[in-house]
Amino acid sequence: MIPEIGQLALALALSLALAQSLLGLLGAARGEFVWMSATRPAARGQFVFVAFAFGCLTYSFIANDFTVAYVASNSNSALPLPYRVAGVWGGHEGSMLLWVLMLSVWTFAVTLFSRHLPQEMVARVLGVMGLVSVGFLLFILFTSNPFLRLFPAPPDGRDLNPLLQDPGMVLHPPMLYMGYVGFSIAFAFAVAALLSGRLDAAWARWSRPWTTAAWCFLTVGIALGSGWAYYELGWGGWWFWDPVENASFMPWLTGTALIHSLAVTEKRGAFRSWTVLLAILAFALSLLGTFLVRSGVLTSVHAFATDPTRGIFILALLALVIGGSLLLYVWRAPKIGLGGGFEPLSRESMLLANNVMFASAAGSVLLGTLYPLALDASGLGKISVGPPYFDTVFFPLMAPALFLMGVGPLARWKKASLPDLAARLRWALAASLLAALVLPFAMGRWGAAVALGLMLATWVAASGFVQLYEKVRNASGGASAWARLSSVPRATYGMLLAHFGVAVFVVGVTMVKGYESEKDVRMEPGDTVEAGGYTFRFDGVRDVKGPNYVAGRARIPVTRNGKLVTTLYPEKRIYTVQNMPMTEAAIDPGFTRDLYVSLGDAVSDSAWVVRVYHKPFVDWIWGGCLIMALGGALAASDRRYRLAAQRAPEQYAVAAAR
Amino acid sequence: MKPRHKRLAMIAGGLAALGAAAAFVLAAFRENLVFFFTPTQVEAKEVPQGRAFRIGGLVVPGSVKRQADGVTVQFVVTDTARNVPVVYKGILPDLFREGKGVVTQGKLGGDGVFYASEVLAKHDENYMPPAAADAIKQAQSINEKATHTLVERK
Repeated sequence: MIPEIGQLALALALSLALAQSLLGLLGAARGEFVWMSATRPAARGQFVFVAFAFGCLTYSFIANDFTVAYVASNSNSALPLPYRVAGVWGGHEGSMLLWVLMLSVWTFAVTLFSRHLPQEMVARVLGVMGLVSVGFLLFILFTSNPFLRLFPAPPDGRDLNPLLQDPGMVLHPPMLYMGYVGFSIAFAFAVAALLSGRLDAAWARWSRPWTTAAWCFLTVGIALGSGWAYYELGWGGWWFWDPVENASFMPWLTGTALIHSLAVTEKRGAFRSWTVLLAILAFALSLLGTFLVRSGVLTSVHAFATDPTRGIFILALLALVIGGSLLLYVWRAPKIGLGGGFEPLSRESMLLANNVMFASAAGSVLLGTLYPLALDASGLGKISVGPPYFDTVFFPLMAPALFLMGVGPLARWKKASLPDLAARLRWALAASLLAALVLPFAMGRWGAAVALGLMLATWVAASGFVQLYEKVRNASGGASAWARLSSVPRATYGMLLAHFGVAVFVVGVTMVKGYESEKDVRMEPGDTVEAGGYTFRFDGVRDVKGPNYVAGRARIPVTRNGKLVTTLYPEKRIYTVQNMPMTEAAIDPGFTRDLYVSLGDAVSDSAWVVRVYHKPFVDWIWGGCLIMALGGALAASDRRYRLAAQRAPEQYAVAAAR
Repeated sequence: MKPRHKRLAMIAGGLAALGAAAAFVLAAFRENLVFFFTPTQVEAKEVPQGRAFRIGGLVVPGSVKRQADGVTVQFVVTDTARNVPVVYKGILPDLFREGKGVVTQGKLGGDGVFYASEVLAKHDENYMPPAAADAIKQAQSINEKATHTLVERK
């Protein structure tokens, strides 16, 4: 009964979404006050019904209702409860439902925090989000219904993919989807502005906190995914340039560019058409990412052929959303007009350079991800594009961006002076040169790549401190240091913190690439191996039993200079339902290094192949991402946006009257 | 310079920068493409020399052997028509099995042995890497054609 109720709730949500989009868009176009004021309740109702449907599916998972086909193929009665809940988004159908749930959560948030926006704007924004929701709900109900029954019901489920039975994987998809779907708000604002023909600073100010909030979620989501790959796949890598990862990285790159160009549009009114285009592209790439990962195109382009309705629906939806908004853009963009002018050396020009680099980076990832797919789909051959391509491309694109990150925030709007900037940044420059010369020696070996990486990281951090110092010195909060500190806007602290996170991230990447050591060895009980100054002793493997798996667990005490540091217990598991082997690495995390051990195959009765890593500063990679996200959260919560939202309707009315 | 000229100059500069970035990306792309070949193509010497490429097929049952150091593995990949011996040093993926599909990346040595730097096997018991399935299909269709011609000649 519960699954049928869930399906009914989805159908009701669909009708409310339809009402929300039609009333919003037509009401705004025709100036119908009553229609527009109905969009908010419709959006809230839609949220309630989608959440209810999601609850129904979750209930079916918790209750082990294997008469539901989706539950039967993604869960098992032996599966621990938290993973049964996570199983809801363990497959295609549930992921789509999660996507729609996230969309309705964001829509609900818009209805809450838009009280001070002009009614027409809110109606259009909710209308566009409603349209997206209609598309996805239709997709779910007609091609990917998670509530379909299975007759006869199997006695037990096929189990959740063991790779996904992990706390990181429980959180990763919701975070990622919050990010993906969050860009729909920037998209909706952009389309609403194109429809109304009014693209001004107020518009940019309204979209900024939403875009930044979405970006934060996406950053955390990607970091979780990368961390999961690191400890769960047993290869010790943190980024593989796998199409699945690239799919989430493209919206992130575009979103990062968008955040920066929105800043210019708000403060200076420039880059307006470009900002709108970026908002459209960021959401388009989010959609592409969702479908690339979830439709199965990546495992085989021929997956489309096995379920043509799904594939055609996806292509049609993508074409409608992306094509429709781009057409609207082409039609309306010429009317947007140019903003304020600026000199070749100014904060605008540096932010423009940032945008060029991030857009090129997103383009290069798109090429490397889609070209092999397109070639394969058209039967022209099979190729693959691996990490070497992305590594070659990314370094030259990101190094100048890191350099500009130090200069840009100090440069004046409109026109900056080179001697002035050089004078203000001389200490940061000295610090980074010193770091490049000295720090690699402290790690034991000087290398050009490491020196360059550390120099850029120090440059970003040190120039951040210069920026902080100048902001506080120039702040008008009164005499006391505390008053000055607290008078600097929260958004500025957010920016500084996020940039500092980038520096931390760069340190992590540089150190791991430069100084990690890896050993693959055959070990008999009692054998030892050394990596990064640590001695790993293999004490043999014994059998253990988990809730839904059996495993061989090794005991590996790690010593340094004869003193015990930690004991690691890597496992080789067999998940019994699907008979799938899994390597469960053991990691001893630390501030300056991780010790990482994973088991290979048993070579004889007692000997195993063991893989041992020493990874210096690897946790800084994810630490940096979290700091970036924290900075973003700080910026998005700035009071200024809420105050501005209150002031804006009057400005807007004035602009409209003119 | 007039503002209009300045703006034009900046647009030209921006476009030039974008063009340079695009040219660089495309060059890196061509440089790092990895092509896929079947064991039949390897034996027919259609593969690039000194450049990494991928081969796919089935791991011949009974062909997996470990060398004395315990970490170097030898096995044979087949598309059911032709075989290629492979040497790989390192830990094999969890789902690497004799008789199952595999895709591996590496270079062909002068001795006809494929020195793999990477071995890929996907995480699903029933899953066959599409590239491996393709290789086998190609080889079998060639076989079929061969038998057909034999039959016709009779």
